[in-house]
Amino acid sequence: MSVTAITPDYQKHIEFRDLEKNFHGNRLVYVHWEEHLSFCSAIAFPLPGAMPFSAFVDEVIKPHYAAHPDAGNIDWAKVVWMIDGVKTMPDMSKSLEENGMRHKSLVRFWTPGLNGFKGSAS
Amino acid sequence: MTAKKLGLKQRYAHMTRGLDWETTYQPMDKVFPYDTFEGIKIRDWSQWEDPFRLTMDAYWKFQAEKERKLYAVLDAFAQNNGQTNLSDGRYVNVVKLFLTGISPEEYQAHRGFAFAGRHLRGVGPRVAAQMQSLDELRHVQTQIHTISHYNKYFDGIGEFPHMHDRVWYLSVPKSFFDDARTAGPFEYMIAIGFAFEYLLTNLLFVPFMSGAAYNGDMSTVTFGFSAQSDESRHMTLGIEVIKFLLEQHPDNLPIVQKWVDKWFWRGHRMLGLVAMMMDYMLPKKVMSWKEAWDIYFTEAGGSLFQDLARYGLKVPKYADVATAEAEHISHQNWAVFYQYTHAAAFHTWMPDKEHLDWLSEKYPNTFDKYYRPRWEMWAQMEKDGKRFYNMALPQLCNTCQIPMAYTEPGDPTTIAFRESRFNGDTYHFCSDGCKDIFDGEPEKFAQSWLPVHQIFQGACGGPTVPDVLNWYRLNNGADNLDYVGSPDEKLWNQWMAGAVKAAG
Ligand SMILES: [Fe+2]
Ligand SMILES: [Fe+2]
Ligand SMILES: [Zn+2]
Repeated sequence: MSVTAITPDYQKHIEFRDLEKNFHGNRLVYVHWEEHLSFCSAIAFPLPGAMPFSAFVDEVIKPHYAAHPDAGNIDWAKVVWMIDGVKTMPDMSKSLEENGMRHKSLVRFWTPGLNGFKGSAS
Repeated sequence: MTAKKLGLKQRYAHMTRGLDWETTYQPMDKVFPYDTFEGIKIRDWSQWEDPFRLTMDAYWKFQAEKERKLYAVLDAFAQNNGQTNLSDGRYVNVVKLFLTGISPEEYQAHRGFAFAGRHLRGVGPRVAAQMQSLDELRHVQTQIHTISHYNKYFDGIGEFPHMHDRVWYLSVPKSFFDDARTAGPFEYMIAIGFAFEYLLTNLLFVPFMSGAAYNGDMSTVTFGFSAQSDESRHMTLGIEVIKFLLEQHPDNLPIVQKWVDKWFWRGHRMLGLVAMMMDYMLPKKVMSWKEAWDIYFTEAGGSLFQDLARYGLKVPKYADVATAEAEHISHQNWAVFYQYTHAAAFHTWMPDKEHLDWLSEKYPNTFDKYYRPRWEMWAQMEKDGKRFYNMALPQLCNTCQIPMAYTEPGDPTTIAFRESRFNGDTYHFCSDGCKDIFDGEPEKFAQSWLPVHQIFQGACGGPTVPDVLNWYRLNNGADNLDYVGSPDEKLWNQWMAGAVKAAG
């Protein structure tokens, strides 16, 4: 055990607050549009692992980034995806789970040619 | 024969005589169970020097005198409607941030020093910690009394203790103090006494107090003066404690170094709120955050660590990263609140052109390149009737609990993502500093109460934004959103119009 505690059985009392089972059948997914820092950080969603990746794009990603002036110009076929640090081409017809996304996975994506207001990554 | 008057030192010795008696009914280790488990070795508690030699009777007398002066000023401020002499109605949001984010931590400090004052077996630090505990209780009380006057007129103030325990961004200072208070008494003393009160305090109180002075908030200025002599005692306790631990045993050095590294980084993250306040929220600016950092950390902290080098203590890890971040942190933080203004208990606003020019001048290497375009884009969107809001919840850092908005060292266009695996789960961090802290105590930080995750777990009043605001007791449409169009602004404009009329 790393933590220095006065309680000898500290480990037995740990309350893991964010276990997948606490999210009512969903798992946490984080997504971030690179070079568009108007969105100050990645955004978080509780989603079912069985959700198709295409639905994740159409129903979660698109509406939440729609406010940005670049959003309408995205060529979704050219988007570069990274899941948990690995560049990958997700299979749109397969689920989040089948695309290797586990609880608290991070999805980052780049939109070639679009890098924010006047190229400032904003 | 007449009794001779005692000198200060003698009097102190008499007044504190025997407070450190050896217990006989119970072994000392049972009476003081907390001051050994952290691994700190103390050879001789009597080596502790108390430079103030303040006795309790003198303490009461001195504090009572200060209270009388403070409350006289507060009464006068209220009677003269001092709130109408502020630089601008926007300024009150600084006061709101202070009351919701800092005053409750004064209370937490009171509790923490009461604990240290009970559980350190040396009489010197015990008495000093007990007095600081009382000071901190006085601070929270006088802050509440000072700011209660603003509560008569402005929104976002009345529910501050409730909000402190629930609102997403207030979990940043709350979890900071929760962490310190659930550590042992020595870590607490290094965390709050040394890192916070000694190393970083000038970056907290100087900006708020001079900000108040520049912006006509005489009540807060007077509170600041009233706390000043307390603060010099707190700083002395902070420096005494670190020297004492390092002098007592060489084995203490690595433990103390780890705490200094941790609490420097945690303090730096929390002070990002002050950075934002200085650069964006003060209608009349004092200095930029970067200037304050250079003076109070780079210069003052630099000579402090030169002095401590003789004990083998090094400059905190990632101090260089923190210094580089001083260029960015205020802009990145105000951008967070600008886009989540609907969920904040104070008002935000778009910096105007004069303000942007000031920022360009203060941050010549970065502002025009990275941040000015962001504000100009959002200003354009406001003009087009499409004010920018972020309608999703942000990913939070598992350690500092701030939205993961900070960028890679050396690359302000890319968010820094860090993660660790523990017990089969992933944990995300905003920086190497926050990741290291987690990796040092994963059992503790796996228990972080992260507001965004709690909302998703259904623990915060419901799934929608209005549900959560209701659970925060945040009055939607009054406490939150932009200053322009708020009831605060309306009232302020009425006062100003009245003043113009009265002046004829
Ligand atoms: Fe205080
Ligand atoms: Fe203090
Ligand atoms: Zn962090």
